[in-house]
Formats: sequence, structure tokens, C-alpha cells
Amino acid sequence: MQNGDTNSAQNGSISSVPRDTSRPLTEEELDRYSRQIIVPGMGKEAQLRLINAKVLIIGAGGLGCPAAQYIAGAGIGTIGIVDGDTVERSNLHRQVGHSTSRIGQTKVSSLITHLRGLNPLPTYVAHTTHITPLNAADLISQYDLILDCTDNPATRYLISDVCVLLCKPLVSAASVQTSGQIIVLNCPPTPQGQLDGEGGPYPPCYRCCFKKPPPANAQLSCGEAGILGPVVGLMGVAQAGEAIKIIASALHVPPPAEGAPRAPPVEPTLLLYSYSLTSFLSPFTFRALKMAPRKKSCFACGEGSRERLTLEGVKNGEPNYEFFCGLGGGPKAGVLSEEERITPREFVERVQRKEGKGKYVVLDTREKEHFSFGSIEGAVNVPFGKLLSKAAQLERSGETPEVEYIVPPEVKIEDEGEDVPIYVVCRRGLDSQEAVEKLKEMGLDKGGKRKIVDIAGGMKAWKEQVDPSFPYL
Amino acid sequence: MSDKKDQTIDITVDFSGGLEILFSNQKHHALSVPAQDSEGKPANVGFLINYLCQTLMTDPRADLFVLGGELRPGILCLINDCDWELEEEDAYVLQPGDNILFISTLHGG
Repeated sequence: MQNGDTNSAQNGSISSVPRDTSRPLTEEELDRYSRQIIVPGMGKEAQLRLINAKVLIIGAGGLGCPAAQYIAGAGIGTIGIVDGDTVERSNLHRQVGHSTSRIGQTKVSSLITHLRGLNPLPTYVAHTTHITPLNAADLISQYDLILDCTDNPATRYLISDVCVLLCKPLVSAASVQTSGQIIVLNCPPTPQGQLDGEGGPYPPCYRCCFKKPPPANAQLSCGEAGILGPVVGLMGVAQAGEAIKIIASALHVPPPAEGAPRAPPVEPTLLLYSYSLTSFLSPFTFRALKMAPRKKSCFACGEGSRERLTLEGVKNGEPNYEFFCGLGGGPKAGVLSEEERITPREFVERVQRKEGKGKYVVLDTREKEHFSFGSIEGAVNVPFGKLLSKAAQLERSGETPEVEYIVPPEVKIEDEGEDVPIYVVCRRGLDSQEAVEKLKEMGLDKGGKRKIVDIAGGMKAWKEQVDPSFPYL
Repeated sequence: MSDKKDQTIDITVDFSGGLEILFSNQKHHALSVPAQDSEGKPANVGFLINYLCQTLMTDPRADLFVLGGELRPGILCLINDCDWELEEEDAYVLQPGDNILFISTLHGG
């Protein structure tokens, strides 16, 4: 395994890989790749293009693992892998390039071990680091084609911008829960700011298609929202498929000198995959969506973009990707006063042990899948979205809100004529604060007669402070 | 004119990428929507977005769909499987049988 982290001399050796497509294939190459070489449209020259190509896979997770398997299997000559994480057990249902025996290893070395077993011929380059504005250009410049297999918007905009600046084609995919998306960007690679002239319209970049990121509260991560292995796996495999197609047909080669004929643009297409776990009528759906070409107004590749987006600027923190994606603030600061909050430990000591059953209500606002693994004893499950829907319904109907409308009817909300307090808990302690606010806004605290309290830090804190064996997901 | 006011157009509306949670967890909707807006102009996609917020959305978190009077950043609108920027964006006038797809862009992996 080469180590690409520090040694710049090695970068030179990588870029001196022979680009010749006229040499004969070795006996092993011929044998190993024979079944794909004989596919109509492939042939020896295409195989040599694959062997001569350098592909960078950014992210060795649910997309990167399946993508890397087919990239390596097809015989791409130089394969770089970028990731700063280590393998965890909860990765393995989808990150199939790792293994149970390699939990705790870096994802990069674990995946390369797997790929070497599959195909020892390629040169594997380990970049055991996260991609950042500081190292992005150094990493990307060493390769011909980039796969974005990362998991957050800030990194996706960074990778696309640097690919535009360095004129590299980018295959971008993403997936969460039961949906996936994939799109080929900046292919054939087109200089930044080029909008007119022959060969247009030009291919879009990530910003052309997705001008602005969603607000932070609407961004779903796999860790938070869940992900099905085959869904993200399909997208990763499709990324490898697109990469192989681009390289085999030499679309990754930067444009020839002005005046020379150009490859026609790849029709910008967003492939959407989604299925429903509950409907067998439509078990899965693929949709190919036609996207617009490069935009004049695009920040990164449109008119005047050379003045606003430069490699040096990116290195110096301009644009600020974290800020652009609304991630600077971290979790929202507490909106509740001190007496409206209680830690899990205090809750056990001051409430559970002192008061008996029926003297308080615990409202758990997590999704029912999370709740199904357990909760605080006696807790009732009203998922946050449902709670807000019910509150809105009540508001529309003009009725006076009562606790009975929010909690299930069997829950005892009074004790000897007194309103019992409500303790609200969620997963990590954010939704529960909003829920407390909402319930008070509805007047369910009866002007302070009923206590409504947030269990601070949610079930995550419960596991840390009260019950280490709690199955927190 | 008065009969035209009551006319409707049959279209289908799809939600994907998690947006369906705002619309009773249903991804596909067959709808009859008014052919005209309140000012008597032919219904366009901008009108439809408002109409969906008022009639079809079951979750009160409208700001996950519309923000500052526009489709929330991070949501793509596709008219008959084409990015609405290839059409006239929200000024596109609805036609019978149109399929309007709203997808939330994904970032996980």
C-alpha cells in the first residue's frame, strides 16, 4: 500500500503512470479482465484506459465500499481512498468492504485490505484523513476522476468546487433511509467559467444543480435517520458504473486545445432511486431526471466565477463551507429556564424514586422505531412530528387544548384531583425542549399549575448517567 | 367565465427524499387542482406549491417545504421528470396529466 498522506515525491511517481493504450495486455490482465473486455464497446484500448486511469474515492463508507469493489475489480490502475474514520460495528450492514475482524482499524486500511484480496494489480493509495479545504486540491489534483462518497453537504460543495477548479469529472451520489441519488458532474471536464463557444452547452457542477444547501434542521444523516444497505449500495455500484463508462470512453481526459473537436456533453441526468418498505405494490422505483446544463449564474463555474472561486481562496477559507451549510452554530442553545429542565440522574433520584407510579407522565417524542427498543419505565410514545401535527390540528379547530388530545387516553394525567407533571424526553435533548415549549404555548401547563419539564440530553444522556445497558440507537 | 372558475386539472404530485413525511407519509398523490388562481390566472407551479401547503400538507412544519415564500433551499422541483429550470420554474402553467415531483436533496452516504 502506498501512503499518500505526506510524501509529495510519490505524487510525482503516480502521475508518471504510462498513458499508452497500445501496449499488449499481460497474460494475467487478459485473463482477469477478459469477461469485461469482450463486452461490445469495450475492447483492449478501453481496458488499457482503465488500467492507466487514477480514480479518487472520497469516503470509505456505504457508497465508497461498493464503489471501490467494482473500481478495483475492473482494473483501474491507481485507486486513492480518502477517509479519516475507523470501522465501527454499526457500519457493517452497508459498508461491505470492511469486516468484523477489522473493527477499530482505519476505514482506509480496512478497505484496501479487502480490495487487495479482490485484485492485487492496482496501486492503492491510502489518504488516512478527512478531506478539508486545506488538503482538497492536493488530493484531487493527483487523480483523473473523483467519486464523491461522503456524507455531508459542506464536503460535497467543497469537492465539487475543487473539481471545477482542477477540471476533473465528478461522480456524486448520496443516500439516506430508503432513497438514493446519483449524478455525473463536470463531464467532460470543462474549464471554469467557460460558457460560450463550440461544444456547448457545458456540463453542470454540483452548485448548478443544488444551488443552496437545505437549512441545518432539514439535513438528514445516516447516523440520525437510518439507511438501508442495498439502497446506498446500489448508488455506490452505480457510481463505479458511471466512472468505468467515462474512463473507457475517454471522457475523463481534459479538453484538447482550442479549436480541436470536443466530446459531446454528457446529458446531465439525476438518477433517483427510492422504495417503500410498506408498499408491495411499488417495490422500487428508478427515475431518470433531466437536469439543466452549466448555469451562467453559477457561483463556481458560471460567469465571473474565476474572480470569486480560486484554489488559493478555498485554502484560505473562502468560501466558508461550514457557514454556507449552516453548521457553524452546533446544536441549538437551550431555550428553557433551569426549572424547566432536569438531568436524567436527578429525574431518577427526585422523581422516579420519590413519587410513585401515576404521579407523573413521561412523554417520549422519539420515532416509534427508536422507542421500540425501550424507554423510561411507563413512558408513552408521541413522536415529535405527530405531536406538532396534533397541536396544529387543535389550533385550526379552535378548540381549547387538553392534555388528553396529546397523550393516549389510557394515560393517567391527574392524581387525587391534581394535575400530574409531564416529563418530556427525546433522543438527544433537542426535540424535547421544543416539545416543552409547544405544550406550554398551548396552555397545557395551566399557567404553571402543571409542571412540564425537559429531561436534558435525552436518552443519550440517560444511557450515560443512569443505564449504561440502555439500547440507545 | 363563471364555469371556468370551477374547472379543475388532474395532475399527479410525487414527493421523495423524505418530503413525503409532510404529506401524510404518502409519496404519490393524484389530485384535481383548480385551473385558475384566485385572480383568474391559469394555475402555475407557484400556485400549486401554495395549494399543497394549504390542502395536502398534514405536518405543520411548512418551513420544511416553503421558506420565505419560495421553495425551501435543498428541494428540487421536476416537471414531467425535467428540472423546472428547463421550464419556466414556478411560472410554468399546469397542464392536464402533468407530473410534478418534489425531491429533497440527500447528503448521506
